[in-house]
Amino acid sequence: MAEASNKFVVEIITPDRVFYKGDASMIEFNTTEGEIGVYKNHVPTTVVLAPGVVTIHEEDGEKKAAVHAGFSEILNDKVTLLAEVAEWPEEIDVARAKAAEERAQKRLSAKEEGLDVLRAELALKRALVRQTIVG
Amino acid sequence: MASMRDIKRRRTSISSTQQITKAMKLVSTVKLQKAKQHAESTTPYFNYMYNTICSMLAKTKNINHPYLMQRDGGKKGVIVISSNRGLAGGYNSNVVKLIRDFDEITPENSQLYCIGRKGMEGLTHRGYQVAVDESDVMEAPTYDDASRICKQLLDAYAAGEITEIYLAYTHFKNTVVHEPKLLKLLPVEISEEEIAESGEGSNVLMNFEPNPEEAIGMIIPKYVTSLVYGALIEAVASENGARMQAMDSATSNAEEMIENLTLSYNRARQGSITQELTEIIAGAEAIS
Repeated sequence: MAEASNKFVVEIITPDRVFYKGDASMIEFNTTEGEIGVYKNHVPTTVVLAPGVVTIHEEDGEKKAAVHAGFSEILNDKVTLLAEVAEWPEEIDVARAKAAEERAQKRLSAKEEGLDVLRAELALKRALVRQTIVG
Repeated sequence: MASMRDIKRRRTSISSTQQITKAMKLVSTVKLQKAKQHAESTTPYFNYMYNTICSMLAKTKNINHPYLMQRDGGKKGVIVISSNRGLAGGYNSNVVKLIRDFDEITPENSQLYCIGRKGMEGLTHRGYQVAVDESDVMEAPTYDDASRICKQLLDAYAAGEITEIYLAYTHFKNTVVHEPKLLKLLPVEISEEEIAESGEGSNVLMNFEPNPEEAIGMIIPKYVTSLVYGALIEAVASENGARMQAMDSATSNAEEMIENLTLSYNRARQGSITQELTEIIAGAEAIS
């Protein structure tokens, strides 16, 4: 097997730091159009990210992270995720995520006047993603 | 000539001021280090964001999107980033001056989104209208703050209340050089050369999902937010840098004054001793 040839560079950059940089054989993440998996030599594409789990397949196992909002530029030998928020599982506060989930649920079911439904739904989504990745 | 007591009092007061400025300098040095580090760690994101936008626009030249088109009729929204505290030399007044000197922005045709009390005070004093005051953000700016402020702006932009968005802040070039800058955020204007430059390296045909219009509609707000966030972080660094310099020169000025006062105090003391001696001798001669 051509070891060197199926690797490509993955970079995840957030406003505060370079979150991840390394070589991977595949990366999976969630976009507004659905979940996608990217191998080397993908068609150059720019996609908008949706809250979800990013799985990076490295040589020695896989790494998971939660990514919320942002976009990704896929080139044939490089994938860059510009994420507004990215977290490793160990950085996530489960209790907080649970509280956020309940809050968002309550807000959505109460259907108050002037409710930003989209925002509440996104908050719920984020809370769920955080819990999935830890659990 | 001032009396000895006056000189002494003045000297004490200056030396206590010097202690304050010295302490302020130390505090802002520490804060500057932190802010500088923060600013450095955020740079990759912005560089990448900027490059992506350039290459996106290079590849999608003939797209009509409200974010890219010039419109008339509305006001100009100006984000003004200054500080909440003074004693930072010309830091705040430079930002104010920049806006006043820019001919296209007048008090009549603009709306300010102020982050930082000092800049806001300076501009309202001259008749500018403040739409939103978000000065508290300046204490510890986060990405969420930036995106909240941008959302307000973008909503107003979408509604046609404002048709142009500008950003005024102080660029942190290095520890000693900070220059006030005025950027036009929307409609996006990226010069042809920059597009050509970024386009050169990557002559690949880029696909957009869902489609170019929607992708631009989603990515440009992020671009604006990231610029505002970057500006906030740089402004914090510049503020502390400016304050550090101002306090440094205040401390050395105080030192100079203390030196001069010590000299004149010693002279006055010597003078009074000489005078006393002359009086005693004159008195003794008169008796004998």
